[in-house]
Amino acid sequence: METLERVLGEHPFFEGLEAPYVQLLVGCATNVRFERGALLFREGDEANQFYIIRRGTVALTVFVPQRGPVTVGTVGDGEILGWTWLIPPYHWHFTARAEGLTRAIALDAKCLRTKCEEDRVLGYELLKRFAHILEQRLHATRLQLLDLYGSRA
Amino acid sequence: MPPAPADPMVPRSCRVERARRETADTFTLALEAPPGDGGFAFAPGQFNMLWVFGVGEVPVSISGDPTEPGAVVHTVRMVGAVTRAMGQLARGDVVGVRGPFGSHWPVEAAAGNDVLIVAGGIGLAPLRAAVYQLLASRERYGKIALLYGARTPADILYRRELRRWRARSDLEVAVTVDRGMGGWRGNVGVVTAFIPRVSLDPSNTVAMVCGPEVMMRYAVREILRRGVAAHRIHLSMERNMQCAIGLCGHCQYGPTFVCREGPVFGYPRVEDLMALWEI
Repeated sequence: METLERVLGEHPFFEGLEAPYVQLLVGCATNVRFERGALLFREGDEANQFYIIRRGTVALTVFVPQRGPVTVGTVGDGEILGWTWLIPPYHWHFTARAEGLTRAIALDAKCLRTKCEEDRVLGYELLKRFAHILEQRLHATRLQLLDLYGSRA
Repeated sequence: MPPAPADPMVPRSCRVERARRETADTFTLALEAPPGDGGFAFAPGQFNMLWVFGVGEVPVSISGDPTEPGAVVHTVRMVGAVTRAMGQLARGDVVGVRGPFGSHWPVEAAAGNDVLIVAGGIGLAPLRAAVYQLLASRERYGKIALLYGARTPADILYRRELRRWRARSDLEVAVTVDRGMGGWRGNVGVVTAFIPRVSLDPSNTVAMVCGPEVMMRYAVREILRRGVAAHRIHLSMERNMQCAIGLCGHCQYGPTFVCREGPVFGYPRVEDLMALWEI
């Protein structure tokens, strides 16, 4: 059975992070499991976790009046879910729902926020990694806005 | 590569054997060769010029199975007068066919390698022919991954085939849409985001990419980031092909004619051209 130490230590997101910091993250981590349709979090709720998706797909949805929930993105195997825990006022922007049985590691972000304030090196290391996620998501969103497939014959 | 007909400017008259609506604006035509004509040999990635008599002629990639003799299959998106007229054709109607023309996907040359296929929108059509050929001799290749992005769930081509391919254990298939709607429970996001997740050996991978040029540019960027060498990446470019034999110059793309040297190019051949705004 894979330990949390091994999973976090080998995850590309934490590559290059010093061992004591990985240990610290392990202390904030829990294995979690969501059945199909289960909510991971709801828009507007406090963002006190982030997730490493181990297996499954999570849909990020926004409720549009007259249309219902609209999926704006999905996060799958190996990906990181949730970055608003880093940015005040720490509230989720979307609702996250498991599209099927989903296994993940939840990290206690409330605890991590405190540790990041206390140890700025840890804070910077995590911020760099989340900045990369943000850059990827922003880039993907811009490509989606281009409506690429609307013009090719 | 199969030879072009003796006079490449003279179309063959071919009957529509089947017409099938794929999405609201896309359809697939299967055309039968005239009696005694010898059929339609082609290589995946090549295109035909299809002529709706009295309306005009357009280049269309061949999307059928190169290992299956008989009808030649094209998937067409209705974007102009000719393709809209083509969309009205029914079984028994006749169209003119010139071809096949152009270069092809390096399916044979990829033997022994992993293969990454990245398709966007109607770009899946010319790549479907490559998938057929790969699967026809599956044992000759390593891992094969097909990543396909569409605008919405309603715009997904070849649904039944994609379902069948997803069920195979020897083919990794990821389908994603830019906009999730209508009860869609699959992936939502751009197709390029799936490139880092694919399980392939970058030093031993051949990539084939077809879709809107912007999508291809970003797909190539991700594929290079994975460590796949530039010369192992192949793209299908789209330009205004008219004569299809490199005479008229309508499809000129820098120093090349897409109809003759393309539509499939090795990335190093078009890398600089793709960065230019003026062509």
